[in-house]
Order: sequence, then structure tokens, then C-alpha cells
Amino acid sequence: MPKTERKNFLLDFEKPLCELESRIEQIRQLAAENQVDVSGEIAQLEARASTLRKEIFGSLTPAQRLQLARHPRRPSTLDYIQAITDEWLEIHGDRSGNDDPALVGGVGRLNGRPVVLMGHQKGRDTKDNVARNFGMAAPGGYRKALRLMEHANKFGMPILTFIDTPGAWAGVEAEKLGQGEAIAYNLRQMFGLEVPIITTVIGEGGSGGALGIGVADRLLMFEHSVYTVASPEACAAILWKDAKKSPQAASALKITSRDLKQLGLIDAILPEPPSAAHSEPLEAAATLKQALWENIENLSEMSIQQRQQLRYEKFRKMGVFEQVS
Amino acid sequence: MSLIDWFANRRKTEPAIQKQGEREIADGLWSKCQVCGAVAYTKDLKANQLVCLECGHHSRVDSDERINQLIDAQTWQPLGEEIRPTDPLEFNDRKAYRDRIKDYQAKTGLTDAVKTGIGLIDGLPLALGVMDFRFMGGSMGSVVGERLCLLIERATEERFPVVIICASGGARMQEGMLSLMQMAKISGALHRHQSSKLLYIPVLTHPTTGGVTASFAMLGDLILAEPKATIGFAGRRVIEQTLREKLPEGFQTSEYLLQHGFVDQIVPRTQLKKTLAQLISLHQPFYPLNSHIVETDSAIRQEHSVSVIEEQNIQSN
Ligand SMILES: [Zn+2]
Repeated sequence: MPKTERKNFLLDFEKPLCELESRIEQIRQLAAENQVDVSGEIAQLEARASTLRKEIFGSLTPAQRLQLARHPRRPSTLDYIQAITDEWLEIHGDRSGNDDPALVGGVGRLNGRPVVLMGHQKGRDTKDNVARNFGMAAPGGYRKALRLMEHANKFGMPILTFIDTPGAWAGVEAEKLGQGEAIAYNLRQMFGLEVPIITTVIGEGGSGGALGIGVADRLLMFEHSVYTVASPEACAAILWKDAKKSPQAASALKITSRDLKQLGLIDAILPEPPSAAHSEPLEAAATLKQALWENIENLSEMSIQQRQQLRYEKFRKMGVFEQVS
Repeated sequence: MSLIDWFANRRKTEPAIQKQGEREIADGLWSKCQVCGAVAYTKDLKANQLVCLECGHHSRVDSDERINQLIDAQTWQPLGEEIRPTDPLEFNDRKAYRDRIKDYQAKTGLTDAVKTGIGLIDGLPLALGVMDFRFMGGSMGSVVGERLCLLIERATEERFPVVIICASGGARMQEGMLSLMQMAKISGALHRHQSSKLLYIPVLTHPTTGGVTASFAMLGDLILAEPKATIGFAGRRVIEQTLREKLPEGFQTSEYLLQHGFVDQIVPRTQLKKTLAQLISLHQPFYPLNSHIVETDSAIRQEHSVSVIEEQNIQSN
């Protein structure tokens, strides 16, 4: 990404690192123009940048991770699909009168193997975001997703879903078309699918709108992505009666990949490049591709009944309670 | 003169006695309808299942009362009471979740927001779950999920129909993602129940929103609702804020959902037991009919073979 463009989307905690990086760049240019050897200084500065990078990205607060997860330059579903597939074709429509641009999908090939891929799609800029409804899917989106999953089921293709949404669309039309029913139906039907299902949270996992394509055999999460029952802003407004308390809510809700791994709710964390996925999207895509492929191979060794049984047990054991006699 | 007019008149003429009347409402002897203001003898109101005798407003029913209304006397076997809430995230907003649980338990006498069990409804076995809005707004945490799953799994095993009376504000945020995952967990249990070709009927009561709407409330083979209940996925305020416009009249009510095809029938509470029993009875496997077909079939075959034998006999004779 060009440096100037990156600056436009700079998060506060990225600033010191970005300043250091541009200083290194300046020195390098000056040295080249004046034909001076500064390799010693550059190496020193780069070592400092590397330490700083580790410091910053190694100690992010949940609220900062949320910012990264929502970063406008973070790779989206379509970015990843294009990067990881040998070829792919988008498939449109729920066959009930809608084609939701906020939830996209299609058929493609991963390492030669046909797969069905789908996920929430956020926009790149304001205009695109309006067209994509900020990745907030409507009932038609969830119904299209299920149609795609049933297609995969018919042709024995593994299903790869990508979660990146602030939540399902909350609007009059969405309620009228049965937003609750659309999500609920997916939750139940996904338990009956015969093919392997792998879900990856690539950015923001927002509530039921995320879960609506998230009943999987394997649940993966990128390091700096988040998955939450309610947006920290909404949670703060409701429980703290103060929307400004959203950083506290972000911590309390346990939304980071590490927290969710500890709670046993996700299977694996996909490490991100040193300055997060948006700094090196292709590197992130390579990590994703590798993880998806390993899981597909592993899940393909099981029988249909085995996969369905394990999928049931996986969700069945989620929950923490006491048992008194 | 209606009861309310009588009270109004008394208010004008006899302030001292009116005060006593108000005290009686506070004591619970009399109840005033929140919608039409009609005052009724609490006993009469209870006899009418907490449905206003004047305007038909359905006021809130707690889980024990609901079980009494639906299940035949002496047949209720509670399940899942041993499952109790904890505080897995050590969540603390303006108050620790741990303390919140204790306070609600003390205040309501409940251990969490759902009661589950097996009982008879007009003599037919039924696995029943009843959410209780009094306990943290009927919110769905690990205990609600676990109790409902145990209930549904038991029903699948014993081939019982399942009815869940829904009343919930949605997810229990204090349990974070554990709460969200209950939606998937319960839907999984319902998948097995449905794959066994068993009947599931959620009854949507005021209010049924959020994660409950986006899971088991909408997964019924048949879906019933009480009149004028609020039913929806997103909260009204959220929608109003994002749209910055007034919502259509009757939006997110039982009647709205019926009109848009998401509810099968709106059933007044006083008819609920009868309707559920009727539906369950209609969906009982009708063995007599099936065996009758088989019997008739073999009877015909037998008759045929008899006649053949008889013919042979005649011939041999
Ligand atoms: Zn009334």
C-alpha cells in the first residue's frame, strides 16, 4: 500500500512506528541522493522499528484490537478469496427476490480442489461501504449463504466461511423479511450438512450476524480479529449506561482470539504479519490458505457421521455452569 | 357501571376510601390493567390467566404459574434444576455479575431464566421449557442453553414433542461469547429433535427478541404467539437510531409477524393449553390408520388366498 494512503488510515497506536518507518525511508533516500553510506544507521533504526513493532502489536488492548479488526484496509472476504483460490466464480441471489451485496460467495478451487466460499463483505471506502451496507447482511444474505452451503453439500465440496461483520442488518425491511428466522434456520441446518465446514473470523465477528454462517467443524480466528456477543459500544450503553465505557466493555466481554481460545470456543489462532494483516495482506492470505488446507485434509479423513457427531459435540459442550446435587 | 367508573366516582366523592382502594391494589387484592386501567379482583384475574377481563391485555406470567396453566395437575417432573449459573468471565460492569445472579435469585426465587421439565398436557406427554422474564430479562446464558439442550435431548430420546414458552431480551452479555454460542448449541439439539421427525412448537410471548428470536423461537414446525407481544430480532431503539425515522405502526408485534408469515397462529392465553394439546394430538403418530391399511391389505390377500383354496377345493370336489 502506498505510504500516503496508509497514513490516511493510521490508528493512534500505529503512529510512532509509522513515523520511525518514514524516517528510515527519508534517510535512505537522502543517502542515495548524496551517495553516502548509512547502512549502519539504517540497520540500527530498523532494529529499533522491529522492537517497537513487537512492543506495539504484542501488547494491544482489546479496544485496540477491535480497531485493527475494523481497519478499513484490513483484507476483506473478497480479498482473501481472490488471493487463496486458483480460480473462482461468484454466485448471486437467494432465489427469493434478493441478492445481498453484504454477504458474498461462490465456487472456486483451492489447491486444485473445488470448494464453496462465502463471507460478509465490507466496503473499501464510503461509497463502497454504503453499497455493501458495511458488511451487515440482510435476511436475503443468510438465505443466499444457506443456498450456497446446500449447493456445496450436494456436490461434496468443503464449505469455507469468512466472518467480518459488525452484526446482522437492523432495519425495518430486515425485520419484515425475518432476520431472526433467517439466522436461526442457518444455525440449525448447518448441523445437518455432510461436507466439512471451516469458519474463519477475518475481522469483526459481530453477534448473531456472524454466527449465522459460523456453525462449523473448525473455527479459526486471525490473531487481531474479534468475536463478540454484542458490540462493545452497545454493551457499554446498556450495562454501563455510558457508551464512552466501550474500552472497558471490550475488555470485559473477552472478545480477542486469545481469550476465546482460552475459553475453548475457537480451535486455532492464525498469526498475523508483524504489523497486522493490513500491512502484508498476501502474507496473511498465505497463512489462511495453509490453515484452511490442513483442516480440509484433516476433516476429509472422517466419515460424514463422524464429522456431524463431532460438530454437535463441539457446540454442545460450550457453556460454563455449576452442577449442584 | 364498570368497575373503573365506580373507582373513578369514588375518587371524586370519597377521597379517604379511595386511599384505601389504592392500598388494596398495592396489597395485591386488586389489580389495575396497565393498558386500559380496569381494576379487577386479583383472584378473578388469576382465574383468567392474567388476561385483562376488560381489554384482553396479557400481563406477564411467571414460569411456575405458566406451568400450572399448561400442565395437568400432579404430572410435572422438573429437569435441569441442578444446573446453576456461575461467572465465567468474572464480569463486572456497574455491579459484579456474581452479585447480580445472587440478587435475582433472592428476588425471584428462581435459579436462572428458564424452567424445564416433563409433564402431561391433556394426558399427552410433553417436554416443556418456560422462560422467565423476571430473571435478568429472560436473558440466555450458559444455564438457559444447557437446560434447554438437556430437555430437547431427553425429548428426542423419548420421542416427546417440545414446547418452549419464549420471553427474553436476548443474549446474556455478562457471559460474552459463551452466551452467543448457546444459540448454536440449542439449534443443534433442535436439529436432532427435528431429524427424528418430532414436533417442536415455540410460543412467543412478550417480549421475544435478539438471540432467542434468531435461534429457537423461530425454529418451530409450528410457531404460536400471544396477542400483541413484541417479537423481533433487533431492538426498536437500534432500528430507530440507524434509520432516524418513525417505525411503522404495529411493527414487531405478534400481529405483524403473522401478517408477514413468521407466525402460524396468535392464540389468546386462555386458549393456549387447549390449542397446544390439540396440535400435539393432531401430530401423534397415527398407528391405528397405518396398521389398519396393513391389516386390510393382508386381509384382502388372505381372503384372496382363501377363495383360491376354496376354488381349488371346489375343483377337487
Ligand atoms: Zn385491560
